[in-house]
Amino acid sequence: MLTIIFFLSSGLFLGWSLGANDAANIFGTAVGTKMIKFKTAALICSIFIIIGAVVSGAGASHTLGELGAVNQLAGAFIVALSAAMTVMWMTKAGLPVSTSQAVVGAIIGWNFFSKTPTSMSSLSKIVGTWIFSPILSALFAFLLYHIIKRIVEKSNIHLMRLDSYTRIGLLIVGAFGSYSLGANNIGNVMGVFIASSPFKDFTIADIFQISSTQQLFLIGGIAIALGVFTYSKKVMMTVGSGIFKLSPVTALVVVLASSITLFLFASQGLYNLLTSLHLPAFPLVPVSSSQAVVGSVMGISLAKGGRNLNFKKLSHISMGWLVTPLGSAILAYVALFFMQNVFMQNVFN
Amino acid sequence: MPKFFNSKSKQLEGDIDGFLDRITTAGLIFQEGVKAYVNGKSDKFERNFKEITALESDADNIRRDIKHKLYTYMLIPESRGDVLGLLETLDDIVDICEKVLEQFSIETPEIPEFLRSDFIELAELSSKAVEEVVKGARAFFREIAMVSDYVNKVHFYEHEADDVEEHLKRRAFNSNEIKRFSHKVHMRYFAEKIAEVSDVAESVAERLSVYAIKRRI
Repeated sequence: MLTIIFFLSSGLFLGWSLGANDAANIFGTAVGTKMIKFKTAALICSIFIIIGAVVSGAGASHTLGELGAVNQLAGAFIVALSAAMTVMWMTKAGLPVSTSQAVVGAIIGWNFFSKTPTSMSSLSKIVGTWIFSPILSALFAFLLYHIIKRIVEKSNIHLMRLDSYTRIGLLIVGAFGSYSLGANNIGNVMGVFIASSPFKDFTIADIFQISSTQQLFLIGGIAIALGVFTYSKKVMMTVGSGIFKLSPVTALVVVLASSITLFLFASQGLYNLLTSLHLPAFPLVPVSSSQAVVGSVMGISLAKGGRNLNFKKLSHISMGWLVTPLGSAILAYVALFFMQNVFMQNVFN
Repeated sequence: MPKFFNSKSKQLEGDIDGFLDRITTAGLIFQEGVKAYVNGKSDKFERNFKEITALESDADNIRRDIKHKLYTYMLIPESRGDVLGLLETLDDIVDICEKVLEQFSIETPEIPEFLRSDFIELAELSSKAVEEVVKGARAFFREIAMVSDYVNKVHFYEHEADDVEEHLKRRAFNSNEIKRFSHKVHMRYFAEKIAEVSDVAESVAERLSVYAIKRRI
């Protein structure tokens, strides 16, 4: 049991840092602008992240599994640890970083080390989604901004009432965003442990069946929630009052657009529906919530006539697509070597 | 929780509307007070003066209450400063109206017959400016696109008031009917005081147009 906890710890650490960083993408502006209290935000965020992870986390995780099924617990430990370290270092260096990219890089590192061929179709699907997701977010934000602006202007709603509706909206959208974040990003945290999961499926009163994967996701979700409660306040304050100066209503648009994007790339139900209708479905891939948010902000800038469009930020994002996976892959490869040859652990079958 | 938010904001909506009603009323009482004084109806004037004094402290209390609620319930964090600034400057209008009637009551200026209509017209224009700026403030809360219309009207009435003020002063100083220089200066002083109401209304309108731009989504 102790070994299991030890090996899972790197994933839990990754989950913690995801919670600390990414919760701010959902509730940052609301908390930073004092529209919602941090405690309320943290509670809603944690609950819905866990629900999203357990209920709908399988889809995006499956894609990571296709990329490389890390089949030894010690190997999974190193993969998650390398990803977490990469995220931590890049955050310290002030570079934009996505957990998804770090994890994909680390898995590829494992593939190289274990001489497992990397599925190019999965890889291109994942990378394509990374590029596509901020664009899609921008598009949603652009459309939503125009729709909401029209509604607000036409309805002649009193400033005070608009304020209370915006608060309720931020809470609902925040809950949806947290659900989507949990569903889409739990794969990053726990996905690498699926193939070597130490848990067994069990059923409660013959009704609820909880698979070993869902148990993993539950633990991962709790780790994310812990990150939200312990460390995300600082990040939220920075996001809310620093980088993007958004009004509460535009903040609502940003969070809604980003949440829809995360949801589309995580919803198994939607995927099945579209596939059954013979329509092109969104691939279920973990994407970066930070990049979705940046995309949404860009979309709003465009909707406002293209002022304040930050091209430096755009180039940072595309740099992240390359640097993060590469750094993480190299780190994972080196760490796997040490784990195998110094600590004498099997890192692959 | 939604009910909690809604009840508080509905309450504040009511408070703000009540505050704005008082500003409009203050403008009208001011106009009636000047008219009564100029026409020599001193009873009615003193009544108006009392009314506006009561209204002034009433408006003050409502404003303080709104400020307290906005901070306690952490409402409209983004536009709180603007809203409070707006209410404070609107409150200044009532203060000025009250002060002017008070000066009339204390100094009892002697208004010659030929200047009466000018004084009344000046008070009417100032009161109009107040009325329009209050409409602008209402639009700021509900119908942001209309703010600039009202702001333009305020500018118009302020400009008209300036013209009447200048005309009044010229007539006072050129007149042979007013013998003492001090009397002429006294007329000038009251013309300026009445016109000041429209000046304050205009400065509120200026703020309003900036706040309206900031409030656009």
